[in-house]
Amino acid sequence: MLADLFVSVLFIVYAISVLMGFGTILTWVERKQAAVMADRIGANRAYIRIPGTQVKLVWWGLFHGMADGLKMLVKEDWKPRTYDWYAYAVAPWVVFTPVLLVFAVIPFGGVLHPSQLWAPLAAFFGDKSYPMQIATLDGGLLIIFAFSGMTIIGAMLAGWSSSNKFALLGALRAGSQMISYELVLGLTLLGLILIYGTVNLDAMVRHQSGTVLGFLPAWGIVYQPFAATLFLTAAIAENKRIPFDLPEAESELIAGYYTEYSAMKMGLFMFAEFIEIAIIGALFTTFFLGGYNLPYMNDAGFAFPGGGTAALPHGAVVVTQMATFLAKVFLLCSFQILIRWSLPRFRYDQVLTFAWKFMFPLALINLVVTAVVMWALGK
Amino acid sequence: MNAPGPVIRNPVRPAFDKASRDDTVIVSIGPSHPATHGTIQIFAELDGERILRADVHCGYLHRGFEKECEDHTWHNLIPYVDRLNYCSPLINDFAYCEAVEKLMGIEITRRAVVLRTLLSEYSRLCDHITCIAASLMELGAMTAFLYLVMIRDYMYEHIADLTGARVTHSYGRIGGLARDLPEGWLKRLEEILVQSDDFLGRVHGLVDRNRIFIDRLRDVGVISQSDALSYGYTGPILRSTGLPVDLRKDTPYLAYAELDFEVPVGIKGDNYDRYYVRMCEIDESIHMIRQCVDLLEPGPLNVDDRRCVFPEKTRVYDEIESLINHFKIVMEGPRVPAGEVYSAHEGPNGELGFYLVSTGGGTPWKVHCRAPSFVHMGGAHRMLEGGQLADLVPTFGMINMIGGECDR
Repeated sequence: MLADLFVSVLFIVYAISVLMGFGTILTWVERKQAAVMADRIGANRAYIRIPGTQVKLVWWGLFHGMADGLKMLVKEDWKPRTYDWYAYAVAPWVVFTPVLLVFAVIPFGGVLHPSQLWAPLAAFFGDKSYPMQIATLDGGLLIIFAFSGMTIIGAMLAGWSSSNKFALLGALRAGSQMISYELVLGLTLLGLILIYGTVNLDAMVRHQSGTVLGFLPAWGIVYQPFAATLFLTAAIAENKRIPFDLPEAESELIAGYYTEYSAMKMGLFMFAEFIEIAIIGALFTTFFLGGYNLPYMNDAGFAFPGGGTAALPHGAVVVTQMATFLAKVFLLCSFQILIRWSLPRFRYDQVLTFAWKFMFPLALINLVVTAVVMWALGK
Repeated sequence: MNAPGPVIRNPVRPAFDKASRDDTVIVSIGPSHPATHGTIQIFAELDGERILRADVHCGYLHRGFEKECEDHTWHNLIPYVDRLNYCSPLINDFAYCEAVEKLMGIEITRRAVVLRTLLSEYSRLCDHITCIAASLMELGAMTAFLYLVMIRDYMYEHIADLTGARVTHSYGRIGGLARDLPEGWLKRLEEILVQSDDFLGRVHGLVDRNRIFIDRLRDVGVISQSDALSYGYTGPILRSTGLPVDLRKDTPYLAYAELDFEVPVGIKGDNYDRYYVRMCEIDESIHMIRQCVDLLEPGPLNVDDRRCVFPEKTRVYDEIESLINHFKIVMEGPRVPAGEVYSAHEGPNGELGFYLVSTGGGTPWKVHCRAPSFVHMGGAHRMLEGGQLADLVPTFGMINMIGGECDR
């Protein structure tokens, strides 16, 4: 019992620090990548001086994230005269918390056998094994949809309670946009559920560790390339970033539904957005990119297409899996930033048209084709 | 008891302050709002996202340019006209100087003519790049914006080498120009033009055929040719409706008659056409600058006219006549013969005209500036009404309202 608790706390601490780390580092990555794309140098002014010396640690501007956080924390928390103070105060948390909770069901590694890691650990853990995710739920996918749908409520609350016309417009845009794309998001994954036959995320990842056609890794993106594209598009729209950032379109609505927020309350909205970039990366990795496994890899080691196998010690497997997961998520984050800095922004009606008249039918067709193929294969 | 005084209403109020229906909302966009570069206020009655009525209010930047001019000598106005359209100050300078020269009956030297033409086009290039960059940024295309602004900054630095200032150059002089080209200026000019070709190509590649960009601009902010004409529109907005009206072609001034260039026009009068007309004009300007470099010959820069051109500094210190001449020009201003004149140049946004009235003194009796931005504001509501709130951003960006010349 104590061992289980220890492992759970360990996983939770790991998950939270990964998310916070991503949230902080992505603010820097976003700036730096944007700068590289625009032939600039980018953020390089924040530094930490070693006390008592003139040695300034610049580290390519990595401390800008910290400087931002500090700025948000010490700024004046300006409060508008709003009629619904409670909703105003609670809205940032309603946006922020579900984003964190989604990560609870995402597996960030395979199965951990403490006793195999280091023999003396067996005295404490016995022969138990732990799948590396915070909550091993059979309905993991449903949890993801349940929680990620909740952020709409936060955005709407923020807009309604701010007593500002622009905020209200932003909230209305956010509401209709997120609901539309939520639907597309769900439909794109139905095909995967048909193929994998499960909504348990860990089982999905395991399903992807084999090969298809003899040589391709059996990743979701190989089975469902269409759905993968649609999923990523809808997920970016769900996260309200350029080119789908109309709820907070700076040049039209100032800052949309969080126009009236300042200091750390506004920081929470921003932080939630950055963490959601990482969450989208994690979800896409889990559904379509083989999760925490390298190609041809499983919990025992590698099983190459030619029939060759390479067994790995358990410790190496655990470390490789965790590192692989982080690397994949990071690459996807970088890809999202690439999109954000390349495209202009849609218009409100165009975004909804795009969702309902383009992506929704495509997702349906994808689902139907998948279902027909599965039926023809007799599964 | 005293009777309550009259209610003083805010003099700046919209054409409508009540919603026409009970399910619409009136929002005030500006005077400080990210959609309005320049200080301007737009009242919009919104039905959901659709703009039912719009009312554009300018005047927030009013600084009394025209009145102020009546109290300064003809020369002292040059720094003022710089601040009209601060994206292309040189064109303002030259348009104003030419009007004064017309009154005085001065024919400027060949070198000054070619150099003014060259710098006018250089300024137009800067202005168009600024306009397109700002519009792209407001549409969210940050990378394209930064490409263009980088090029513009090279140009600013380069013009600063010549004029001494990055933005408000004050480079024109009545009867010529402030100073001649520094060493190596033309070489650097060619480098910048080559580089801007490269970066403009990147911007073309990023947005021209980008579906999102086209959807945002095509058929948005449409104005018909007849409307554009009746509102007095000029410049890229009028040309976007398909009418090739360009003062450089129609009433050639400076050296434009000798240059080979085309007047690009649009087909629909929408924002995409305005964007494309500006992009084509950039290409034409680059072409014209290169022609001007070839036309440039050594020679005197300023006319030899003691009424307006300052004597050389060495002579001011050496002989009493030049000293007094200098003193008179500075203290009393050049004596401009009595009369009135209207002279217009093709500014980046349209016809930039100066109407001057002189009573024969060293200061103008009246200076009026026919600023294209102000005229464009008159019909801006026509482009906004019926569109979406989000359309306001590209439409306003492509009108390229410049507060300095609009409000004067």
